[in-house]
Amino acid sequence: MKICVSSRGDSLDSMVDPRFGRAAQFIIYDTETGSFEAVSNAQGINASQGAGIQAAETVSNLGATALITGHCGPQASRTLQAAGIAVYSGADGLTVGQALDKFKDGQLEAAGSSDVSGHWK
Amino acid sequence: MRLAIASGKGGTGKTTVAVNLAACIPEPVMLLDCDVEEPNCHVFLSPEIDRTERCTLPYPVVDDSRCTRCGACSALCQYNAIVSLKTRTMVFPELCHGCGGCAEICPERAITEARREIGTISAGSGRGLSFGQGLLDVGQTMSPPLIRGVQRRAADEGTTILDCPPGTSCPVITAVRGSDYVVLVAESSPFGLNDLKLAVETMRLMGIPCGCVINRANPLERRVADYCRQERIPVLAEIPEDRKAAEAYARGLLLAEALPDFRERFENLYRRILEEISRREAAAGDQPAYGGETA
Repeated sequence: MKICVSSRGDSLDSMVDPRFGRAAQFIIYDTETGSFEAVSNAQGINASQGAGIQAAETVSNLGATALITGHCGPQASRTLQAAGIAVYSGADGLTVGQALDKFKDGQLEAAGSSDVSGHWK
Repeated sequence: MRLAIASGKGGTGKTTVAVNLAACIPEPVMLLDCDVEEPNCHVFLSPEIDRTERCTLPYPVVDDSRCTRCGACSALCQYNAIVSLKTRTMVFPELCHGCGGCAEICPERAITEARREIGTISAGSGRGLSFGQGLLDVGQTMSPPLIRGVQRRAADEGTTILDCPPGTSCPVITAVRGSDYVVLVAESSPFGLNDLKLAVETMRLMGIPCGCVINRANPLERRVADYCRQERIPVLAEIPEDRKAAEAYARGLLLAEALPDFRERFENLYRRILEEISRREAAAGDQPAYGGETA
């Protein structure tokens, strides 16, 4: 399966970006091969509004079925849910590699819904 | 003639200038409050409202049985109001600006439009003025369509004065667009100057001529006056810091009615605006239209 991690940089040593919609990059990690690629989230960062929705679409198009991030807002959460992507929030403060290890060990809990409110509600 | 009263910074006196100018110039005058998130001209005019209408905006509705998830709508929408996932296409009505592009581009004709209400437009009259205003519903964030709805009430004859929202973002752009002249109301604080500069840059990009009114003017704080001189922006009027003016304002009175010397100031302001417009028209033959002049 492919796992997406919101990341400040382009390697497994990069810190998890605590923001999902306006994360700098997405690391797409393939659990079968152990390989990964870094994908820019320029569209999300530059979105005038709905960055979380845009980012969720990007993650969905990349074929990921799980997302590890810091926090996730209501619109992103709804979109990810509709796309069938499981969300694991609360990886704030970890490197991407550490977050993936925790995920593999079953130490990250799936978030049922958004864990932060929208910024204009 | 359409005159917009705007500012970069909030709370500099746009409404004070708009309502008092409206009260001091030759009829017919229409005053439109385009600050739809917090309209307050009515406080000073107490107009009788005789017409109200709800303002609505279209948003897309997707027929799932026809949608192939091709993603054309999603790629077109710059506001992320419609997103095409492999599983389904989702709509976020509150983000939709109502352009209709998604319905137009859908190859399967799977998108129709519904409408949602965003605010109220009301119109009436008071103190010899025609009056209109918009009021955005609580919880709504999309004010430009409502502002355009208010502007459609602008009179063909006489003078229409628009009290604009503060800032330099979409609501302001919408409110000043189509104006013959913009009066930027500024205060001489450092913040006031900073935000005036942003507003001047905005008007120049839009190609709308502008002049400045310095409100709560203080002889010791000249930074706005200095900036206007450097940038060759006409200072149309200075309204002094005056306790009597503050008291009249706090009671919801028109300064032009409560204080005779203020009436003269607003009459002079109107004369200065007309002079600036005709000076620019006279110069228009020699140079292309440009909002303000560079030094």
